[in-house]
Amino acid sequence: MGIAVGLSGLAFGAAAVTAGLSVAQACVLSLLAFTGASQFALVGVIAGGGSLAAGAAGALLLGARNTLYGLRLADLLPWRGPRRLLAAHGVIDETFAGAIAQRTPADARASFVTVFAAIYLTWNLTTLIGALATESIGDTDAFGLDAMGAAVFLALLAPRLREGRREVGVALLAAVIALAAVPFLPAGVPILLAAAAALVVPGGPAPAPPASPAAGDGGPSGQEARP
Amino acid sequence: MILWSVIIGTCVGCYLLKLAGLSAPRRLLDHPAVRRFAMAVPVALLAALIAVQTATDGGQELTLDPARLGGMGAAAVALLLRAPFLVVLLAAAGAAAGLRLLGL
Repeated sequence: MGIAVGLSGLAFGAAAVTAGLSVAQACVLSLLAFTGASQFALVGVIAGGGSLAAGAAGALLLGARNTLYGLRLADLLPWRGPRRLLAAHGVIDETFAGAIAQRTPADARASFVTVFAAIYLTWNLTTLIGALATESIGDTDAFGLDAMGAAVFLALLAPRLREGRREVGVALLAAVIALAAVPFLPAGVPILLAAAAALVVPGGPAPAPPASPAAGDGGPSGQEARP
Repeated sequence: MILWSVIIGTCVGCYLLKLAGLSAPRRLLDHPAVRRFAMAVPVALLAALIAVQTATDGGQELTLDPARLGGMGAAAVALLLRAPFLVVLLAAAGAAAGLRLLGL
């Protein structure tokens, strides 16, 4: 898992600098936002010359799933005050997947703390290395890093598509909406518009509460969460 | 300066979203419509990001870059074969870099 997180961190650092962010800006995002899919979404929109507001909105929409994780983890992490404020920063795909896979609340807490610390260090260190390296290399397209960004998203999406037909329908409709809107709307906005697909595709029965981490939709690593 | 404020704003927003979950009443999750929408939004956003990043150079023009398409194809094949995350990324970057080396 560490290697995958590290590689995603390198890819993020590279993508951020390629998009025109400074090394410091890339590192601040990894240190303070610390949620991979959102960070990739923000720099992805900026890279396209999209509006900053659209980029931030996309990042926050993707970050909203951490709220759901927090709702589930609240029972397992009964901390208050400063410790809760600190723990909140660690609520991401991987820590969620790890914590709820444990049998006892004590194990869940131990897992949460360990995974949080390990990923936080790896993600931030590799972001820095990726950003610095890209700054000195210049053209990262030659290394295929542009394809790697989209591949991160594809790897995050794949497990969700295996969940059922509704997910596939939502994904296809979202892709069509986004591509159809690209020529007419400022960069970034088509992606937000596509979120409407989540509303209009009729659902079957409501999914069960997220009792198991069936899918990672991208933590800092953007890694598939499979405990 | 504007970029910095957007970055800080995104950071604050992402943190507050996490904190809200830990602090909010769990009953919210019990509402089926909320849950269904919340589970589907990432699918829609990710699919849209993939489509846009693959089929544009970031601007408002749809362009298909053969090397990038090849990279995505390689990633898709790797995922179908249930390859680990790391292999998927390396396949995508390797295929795109290789195709560019060949002059595509």
